[in-house]
Amino acid sequence: MTIRPPSTALALIGLLALTGCSAGSLGSSDSGGDGKVTISYLIGNQDQDVKTAEQLVKDFTAKNPDITIKTETRPAGTEGDNIVKTRLSTGDMPEVFNYNTGSLFQAIAPQKNLVPLSDQPYVGDLDENFKKTVTADGQVYGVPVGGFMGGAVLYNIPIYTRLGLKPPTTWAEFMANSAKIKAAGIPPVIQTYGETWTSQLFVLGDFHNVAAVEPDFADKYTKNQAKYATSPAALKGFEHTEAVHDAGYENKDFASAKLPDGLRMLAQGKGAQYPILSGVVANMVATYPDAAKNVGLFALPGDDASKNGLTVWTPGANYIPKTTTGAKLDAAKKFLAFIASPDGCKSQTAAGAPTGPYAVKGCELPADVPQAIKDMQPYLDKQGASSLALEFVSPVKGPSLEQITVEVGSGIRKAKDGAARYDEDVKKQAQQLGLAGW
Amino acid sequence: MRASAPKAYTPYSNWFYLPSAIIYGVLFIVPTFASLYFSLTRWSLFESKFIGLENFKLFFSEPQLVKGFTNTLIFAVVTSGSKVVLGLLLAVLLTSQIVARGYLRSVVFFPVLVSTIGVGITFTVLMNPDHGLINGGLSALGIDGPGWLTDPKYALLSVAAVDIWKGVGLATLIYIAGIVSIPREYLEAARVDGASSWETFRRIVLPLSRPATVTVIILSLIGGLRSFELIWAMTRGGPGFTSDVIASVIYKQYQAGFYGLSTAGNVVLFIAVTAIVLPLSYFLNRKEVDL
Repeated sequence: MTIRPPSTALALIGLLALTGCSAGSLGSSDSGGDGKVTISYLIGNQDQDVKTAEQLVKDFTAKNPDITIKTETRPAGTEGDNIVKTRLSTGDMPEVFNYNTGSLFQAIAPQKNLVPLSDQPYVGDLDENFKKTVTADGQVYGVPVGGFMGGAVLYNIPIYTRLGLKPPTTWAEFMANSAKIKAAGIPPVIQTYGETWTSQLFVLGDFHNVAAVEPDFADKYTKNQAKYATSPAALKGFEHTEAVHDAGYENKDFASAKLPDGLRMLAQGKGAQYPILSGVVANMVATYPDAAKNVGLFALPGDDASKNGLTVWTPGANYIPKTTTGAKLDAAKKFLAFIASPDGCKSQTAAGAPTGPYAVKGCELPADVPQAIKDMQPYLDKQGASSLALEFVSPVKGPSLEQITVEVGSGIRKAKDGAARYDEDVKKQAQQLGLAGW
Repeated sequence: MRASAPKAYTPYSNWFYLPSAIIYGVLFIVPTFASLYFSLTRWSLFESKFIGLENFKLFFSEPQLVKGFTNTLIFAVVTSGSKVVLGLLLAVLLTSQIVARGYLRSVVFFPVLVSTIGVGITFTVLMNPDHGLINGGLSALGIDGPGWLTDPKYALLSVAAVDIWKGVGLATLIYIAGIVSIPREYLEAARVDGASSWETFRRIVLPLSRPATVTVIILSLIGGLRSFELIWAMTRGGPGFTSDVIASVIYKQYQAGFYGLSTAGNVVLFIAVTAIVLPLSYFLNRKEVDL
């Protein structure tokens, strides 16, 4: 006797298929027809990012009671990159999300995945430098959250005053200062390789000096004509990382210390100089209120004092994925318009000390910003004393720089070798992006 | 109605196999072949471009790879070897007549039950060169402990030591089962013949627990070759690239968005593990029959 195909088994398979399909759309149950809209907003899980996002949502929804915004967090760093890419490619991205500008923005295929914002009225109010970093094929896709940041050296002002030092404008002065600080029994340079990204500043923050000597470096770099290992100006960053280690200027626990350790040492005067992004200042001031006046900032020094200047990071941006449509798209656009307005900046200032000037016209910094942020202003005001970091002027950025700079700064690898290795590393990224000439 | 006589009798109709066949196909066969295809493309999750064997070429020219391969082998051999030796010794101890045997057996097994990531994070704190308990204890004895995880000389071996601590319980358990199953007559006969404990161990326990040894070697070698979680939780392949293993090299490529390249790496890892374990398993099992 043959058994007929059991209809229950087939039904079961059908059911499996059905549930498999609908699982993804469960979260986005639509609102009723009463004009109320709920959208989600994906942000990085760093303390300051969350605080800023919550404040923005609070102030925005107070003015727009019909719109509800739920925040969702994701990890920062490369893990976050992956989540953003995966959710975009599966069409599962919340209606608004926050992500980097510059080379990382280019890597999420904006033309294909994001809603262009060029037709929005506020686009004219956005800072030109910022706009470049969220533009692909002539379309603007992002709205800035947070301020510009400087990649620079934060220093402890009381130590400098006590030893009679002044902020250096050349590398030689920097090393001379460090020698005096070391002689006074204080570790001159704070390094925190327990968090690898913090090791890159001597290289990435040196880009203004590179651009000052070789103005076309970024362009040639994108075209595979200039290399870190063969350009003497670009190699300096790696050499500086090595020099600081060879001179014994790092704090003793540099290999295991993390960012909060570094900030503690700097704020308490247990270390004198910390090359880092000015984005960390808000957190430092929140933990050590005295650091607001005790910690200053100077740009990473190069060879030529007259060309000394600040390397600048543009803020991250909020984007709308193409999967957002209808009433939700309108709500998302309204939210972005609020962020790109002076009211939006005020809201961000309320959430924590700004990291630097805002990228929206009409946004003023409050009078009581920390000293380190004030120290950025002269560089930005002076013509030619600031440059965007390389990752904002070239899409080419390798993923392993932080491991390489850890090796160079720990004496495991020589500067020249590290630079050559980084050149190999970026090749993969350039090929992945399909750039010409690689 | 079973007219086709040569067909072997089975109590189930073919329809019965359909659900599992579908699950197997969708979850295992399709991804396996899809990954073979994607390993031949430059894949950004948004689009993929066929580039032939470029990824494999790139993967093998990756400077981390040589280091990753060496480290993987060192890690696998060190952990596997130590688990065999320590597991056997512990099993001999725990099958002897000692007090609180049951309790001690479970204590040895406890680390196996704990989450790998949890163990990794705990030991990262313990091994911190300046505030860690381990160096704190050593300095109380007047020894200046090294940076277990931050010194390139020790990083990989420190992780291996933690892996051994965590995995030796399973090896011990397998050995206990092996030793307990040795017929008591052999041991009694040996004692009658005047064999010392060492001779009993050398001539009876060791050869007759060969099946256990084979299982332990193969399990821990495979585990060591594809080890990842512990290394990632403790050093992330660092400092720099000094404790990178193949799996962490592949993971970093995946994180960087080189999806095609990392898929190619996984295909290579699969082939490498098979190439090492298959002959080894054949060799060890054949010996067992010869005995």
